[in-house]
Amino acid sequence: MSLLSVKDIKKSYGAIAAVDGVSFTVEPGEILGVIGPNGSGKTTLFNSILGQIKPNSGSVEFDGKNISGLSPLAMSRLGIGRTFQNLQVFGKLTLRDNLIVAAQEFSGSLWGRILAAGDNGVGQRADEMIELFRLEHVANLPAGALSYGQQKLVDIAMAFMPKPRLVLLDEPCAGVNPSLVDGLRDLLLTLNARQGGSFVVIEHNMDFVMKLCHRVVCMVEGRVLAVGTPAEIQANRSVLEAYLGN
Amino acid sequence: MHVVIGVVCPLSSHARHHHFIENWRLRPRRLRCIRGTRFNAPAQRRQPRLSMTDAIQLLISGVATGAIYAMAALGFTLLWQAAGTINFAQGEFVMLPAFAMLIAIGLGAPLWLAFFIALIASIAILGLGFKKVVVDPMRTHGVIALVVATLGLSIGLKSLVKAAYSAEPHPFPYLFGEEIVRIAGVTVSYSDIGALVVAALMVIGLQLFLNRTITGRAMQAVAQNTFAAEALGINVARMIAYTFVINAILVTVTALLITPAYLAKFDMGDNIGLKAFFAAIIGGFNNPRGALLGGVLVGVLENFAGAYVSPSYKDGVALVLFLTVILIKPDGLLGTPQERKV
Amino acid sequence: MSWSKLHLAALVVGVLALAVAPAFLKTYGLYLLTLWLVYIVAAMGLNLTVGYAGLKSLAHAGFMGIGAYTVAIAMKAGISFWVATPLAVVICFLFGLLIGFPALRVQLHYLGFATLGFNVLLVLFFRNEEWLTGGTFGIQNIKRPELFGWSLNGNAAYFYLVLAVTVIAAAALAFLLRSPWGRAFAALRDNPIRAESTGVNITAYTLMSFAIGAAYAGIAGALFAPLVNFIDPSPFGVGTSLLFLLMVVVGGSGRFYGPVLGSAIALLLPEYLRFAKDWYLAIFGLSVVLMMIYLPGGLLSLKSTLQLAKSKRDAKLKEAAQ
Repeated sequence: MSLLSVKDIKKSYGAIAAVDGVSFTVEPGEILGVIGPNGSGKTTLFNSILGQIKPNSGSVEFDGKNISGLSPLAMSRLGIGRTFQNLQVFGKLTLRDNLIVAAQEFSGSLWGRILAAGDNGVGQRADEMIELFRLEHVANLPAGALSYGQQKLVDIAMAFMPKPRLVLLDEPCAGVNPSLVDGLRDLLLTLNARQGGSFVVIEHNMDFVMKLCHRVVCMVEGRVLAVGTPAEIQANRSVLEAYLGN
Repeated sequence: MHVVIGVVCPLSSHARHHHFIENWRLRPRRLRCIRGTRFNAPAQRRQPRLSMTDAIQLLISGVATGAIYAMAALGFTLLWQAAGTINFAQGEFVMLPAFAMLIAIGLGAPLWLAFFIALIASIAILGLGFKKVVVDPMRTHGVIALVVATLGLSIGLKSLVKAAYSAEPHPFPYLFGEEIVRIAGVTVSYSDIGALVVAALMVIGLQLFLNRTITGRAMQAVAQNTFAAEALGINVARMIAYTFVINAILVTVTALLITPAYLAKFDMGDNIGLKAFFAAIIGGFNNPRGALLGGVLVGVLENFAGAYVSPSYKDGVALVLFLTVILIKPDGLLGTPQERKV
Repeated sequence: MSWSKLHLAALVVGVLALAVAPAFLKTYGLYLLTLWLVYIVAAMGLNLTVGYAGLKSLAHAGFMGIGAYTVAIAMKAGISFWVATPLAVVICFLFGLLIGFPALRVQLHYLGFATLGFNVLLVLFFRNEEWLTGGTFGIQNIKRPELFGWSLNGNAAYFYLVLAVTVIAAAALAFLLRSPWGRAFAALRDNPIRAESTGVNITAYTLMSFAIGAAYAGIAGALFAPLVNFIDPSPFGVGTSLLFLLMVVVGGSGRFYGPVLGSAIALLLPEYLRFAKDWYLAIFGLSVVLMMIYLPGGLLSLKSTLQLAKSKRDAKLKEAAQ
């Protein structure tokens, strides 16, 4: 059974259909890319899946359960993590605390956590993540004082902290120094190999997507133009036309 | 109610507090009765039955007071829109021109001249000076820092006037005299009518300015979307400065109209500030017309509540309306919803 | 970790200094010192709500009033202080929960307005419901409690009670802030939307930050009533709530010792300098404006602000050298 299945999502603003009947599935352990030119409806789709936008019709099922309209909290509790396109870290907390807070709420009860050890048992995991992301030298600085690229990494690391079953990544390469993009891809591949889980990556950077994803969905004008392996997509004529035509 | 927004130092001896409260609660009403004006519902008139003419009287004086609240509230709203400032010192901004006029009158100036002197000083200090010295350097510090700064300003100005000038209330001349007229059995004071007319002219004139003139529209554009306004070639900095000037004019006129009833006292701003604040929220913090509606609602409601419900809960009705609006329609009766920023 | 050892040493010295202070102070000085501790407890609660959880509350004096009136009324009805105080704390906690609900649906700055309105409503209640609160005449002759048959009526004895409660309350808060809750509050403050997507139950933490903050005000109120022997509505007005906010921000919002410093500056000094109180308040108020311009993080942020400025300067120098 698919981990995530998106069924016939439609969302229009006035007369303009931003997303016009998009369906796809994500299998366990799979890295799925969603690409498309600007204005193809990627972000609207992403927000519809996460419940930030209420689609006009369609449904989203996670593990066989309808998750449309669930709160961000409920989604995170189901094991759905996400990253943000613009920087979203906890500026005054240290980097390490950012990572701990991203996972500490997943074990024990609310009341029990008053008495829990300071890190609720996720400190070691935070340290592993810091090591993986090679952020040891800034681990104890306030996250707000880090560079843009570092904050971006923190944001991504936070999404993976609670070992989610599905992570939605919103333009992970946006604003990242091109020389660091390959490193980011390797990180994501390592995370996929180490802790499993499925990823959905929305991204502009074609090269990044083609080298990272197992399967790619190409959107144009709110519809799915093609679905396939990176090789298939790269060979697909209409995809090329859609991109070059713009 | 008169004391609550003032920074009442909780440490002081209780006897003094007591004295303070009693004074505050009784003085304005007693004086109003003596002077025959009806700025607020006379507390003594708590009779089970009130006639139609009483109701009309209450309505007229309520609208008059409300129109004055509306002016101060309008200043609140404009500052909020243009500069993201919640001015907790708005009440003190009314108190200062009152004292400026008082001093000028003391030096022998007639009321009209005193008003103009206060107006100029107010524009320079409470308008442009406030913007330049307090608001501008804090642009990047966030709303809470500015709120705290205006709170500090409120305490500082109040204490300064108390320490340097006087802790006593001072009578203030009526602009329109204290006479009372009877029209069809309804008693109204010249003062109420005059205040109503002046306040209405100010508010309506400002509406026309904002909606009909190029400058006014540019100011509204800045209030709604600074970036877009800048892209359209509007001089944003100048429009924001105009907003502060308009607020300075509004508070000076408010002082002229309300001080005769409130008396000039260092903490007179507590009440007017709170009422203007309620009025601005009730009407809608992001809509100048809302301030007018809110002010009049507060003025009329407190009058009627004082007469028909209970004088001691006179302020409670506006308060309940205020809380209801915040909880049910936080953007106010006429406000438009604002996007919650990430 | 020499820094934390130094911290501990300073803390012990501070508490010891307070413990021997009654021997050196006259009645009024001791009264002020006791009052200072009471306000520290209240301001610590507000610091949790405002400084750590980032929610605007302008009803803190109102909560303190609920605590004070609960204890005064209960003690007049013959209920022991030791029963009345927990009762007051629970009532404040529940009111805090109640007031936290608007926080869930109202935009941030409106929350301040809503709590301000609540405080005004409370004062009207205190003033007008004479059958319960004594109206403007207040409640008089509130007795100080006994502990195991030992009277705490003396000023020094009552001071030690307040000191003990303050130390316990501070320790409890420190414990809470070091638990995962402290981090969750900070996450709520720094970025509620991000917090929710990482499993932080912002509803629960918002309500709890209000309720616990209010409970601290309740403790302070419960200690306040027997200290001054007499309560009326005036110390619990919006003015005092605003002053509490000033205390927290001036001391350093979100800094543990901020309220200690803030309440000394905003409450202790004006009362101590009574002969020049209005001038002091004038200078204080205007200094707050200056401080918000140059040091918006509060007095205790001085060090980190200077460090930040220095690192910025160094970075510039480095850039220039290259």
